[in-house]
Amino acid sequence: MDRIDARVLTISRNGPFRGSAATFGALIGSGFRRYATYRQATIAGTFTNIVFGFLRCYVLLAVAEGAAGHSPAGYDAEQLATYVWVGQGLLSVIGIWGWTELADRIRTGDIAADLLRPVSPVTSYLAADLGRALHGMLTRFGPPLLAGALFFPLHTPTRWQTIPLFALSIVFAVMICFGCRYMVNASAYWLQDARGPLMLWTLGSGVLGGLYFPLRLLPPEVTLALTVATPLPSLLQTPLDVISERDGPALQAGLVGLQAIWVVLTLALAALVQRRAERRLVVQGG
Amino acid sequence: MGELRAYAALAGAQFRSVTSYRTSFLVEVIGNMGATVFDVLTVFVLFRATPEVGGFTLEQAVLVVGLSAAGFTLADMLVGNVDGLKNYVRTGTLDAVLVRPLPALPQLLLMDMPLRKTLRVVFGFVVLSGAVAVNDIDWTPARLVLIVAAPLAACVFFGSIFVISASLAFWWVDSGQVGSAFTYGGRDFTSYPVTVYGEWFRALFAYALGFAFVAYQPALALLGRADPLGLPAWAGFVSPLVALLAAAIAAGVWRAGIRRYRSTGS
Repeated sequence: MDRIDARVLTISRNGPFRGSAATFGALIGSGFRRYATYRQATIAGTFTNIVFGFLRCYVLLAVAEGAAGHSPAGYDAEQLATYVWVGQGLLSVIGIWGWTELADRIRTGDIAADLLRPVSPVTSYLAADLGRALHGMLTRFGPPLLAGALFFPLHTPTRWQTIPLFALSIVFAVMICFGCRYMVNASAYWLQDARGPLMLWTLGSGVLGGLYFPLRLLPPEVTLALTVATPLPSLLQTPLDVISERDGPALQAGLVGLQAIWVVLTLALAALVQRRAERRLVVQGG
Repeated sequence: MGELRAYAALAGAQFRSVTSYRTSFLVEVIGNMGATVFDVLTVFVLFRATPEVGGFTLEQAVLVVGLSAAGFTLADMLVGNVDGLKNYVRTGTLDAVLVRPLPALPQLLLMDMPLRKTLRVVFGFVVLSGAVAVNDIDWTPARLVLIVAAPLAACVFFGSIFVISASLAFWWVDSGQVGSAFTYGGRDFTSYPVTVYGEWFRALFAYALGFAFVAYQPALALLGRADPLGLPAWAGFVSPLVALLAAAIAAGVWRAGIRRYRSTGS
């Protein structure tokens, strides 16, 4: 693991930890500023998130109307509305789609510049991604939630621990998602063209992450297998189940614990993939 | 004749370029179909929890999603690529298209001919055929015409929405995902009976924008079911007229956009 720290050569009196933390913080800031420049895209994306929120919410509420006890898969109507609207807000915070930067840089050979830096690519891209998520949280999370609250009754959390657990769950989801996307992009080290893996990721992460419908609507064994054996439900399903209080306090906390395991696993795997790639890398381009 | 040869050359170049990366192409074909497969599977998953959604049974709902999927996948394959227009406008590639002695729209569509989207069209029509088979439809000559005309009308309608959404880039280069709210949003909207939506949202999408005539009204006409929302029985049969109206508006918007276009000059 010594390859993914953010240590830089420094002539200040600060210790190595201070140096790493400062570098990491600066990278987060740069990720944040980068996305803050695309203001019109932020507005356009928010509009689209809200339209899809209405579409999904109405359909799920119609399902709830016909379901036994008006609570399909254990969600009542308010919990379903919360699930949909918080999900639309989180969509661009977690950022499951659209990140092809690493794959593009590998294909064009620009990755060589990243490898020359004193910070490992996994660390620096993670920091930039946390900055992106922070920007998303400040700009993209609120409007869909507000639109949802204006037009539908939402579930108000009843337990004190729900909000802190939800916050932790979002941070974990962002990191798991980053780890997965990093590995999908890194397939370009071997394939040159990562379009195929990227497409399968886009397809799988949306459905199996719980975006289109709560995965609890699937047979229980399938949901369990997906949650334990793949990181995908940890991307959206888990934070949304936490905030809508779908489960009792123990399972609610347990799901976030499971996310923590996936954070360690996906980031470690991403670092491993990066090390293996560096050993065989032939930089593209002249 | 010369024009046709030029189009054939554009299409041929596309064909050769996609077939030179066979594995990537295969994965893209499967991935593309997967997107539509998941849309249809979602309907089945939702019906696991309830026998009826918005007053419609699973068989009837599959007819609605089948009409929508067949029309959308066909439109997406034929004109869906027009949504790359915002990139062409931003990078200035559109200049190269405009100086050639061929109409701009067909050229743009052939510049990135989506052969990878062929399999999902097949899947869309398979779902529609399955839906026709499982529903007990009382076949009359009018309904026979409708089952052929409805998916084609849906295709023309979605195609018009694609062109209008893309034309937005002529006025607003950074329109980003706004178009998706109406193209992919329209697909999602038409995948379910419009009875599930709230009143003002339905008034806007179903009737003001016309999405009710893509799948919902034709499905009612095929099933011989009265519209719970009160439109007369012939409403399903006017879907080709609605599609033609949409196409006329799309053509007008496109021409206005091309006239307004100023090169980025970079």
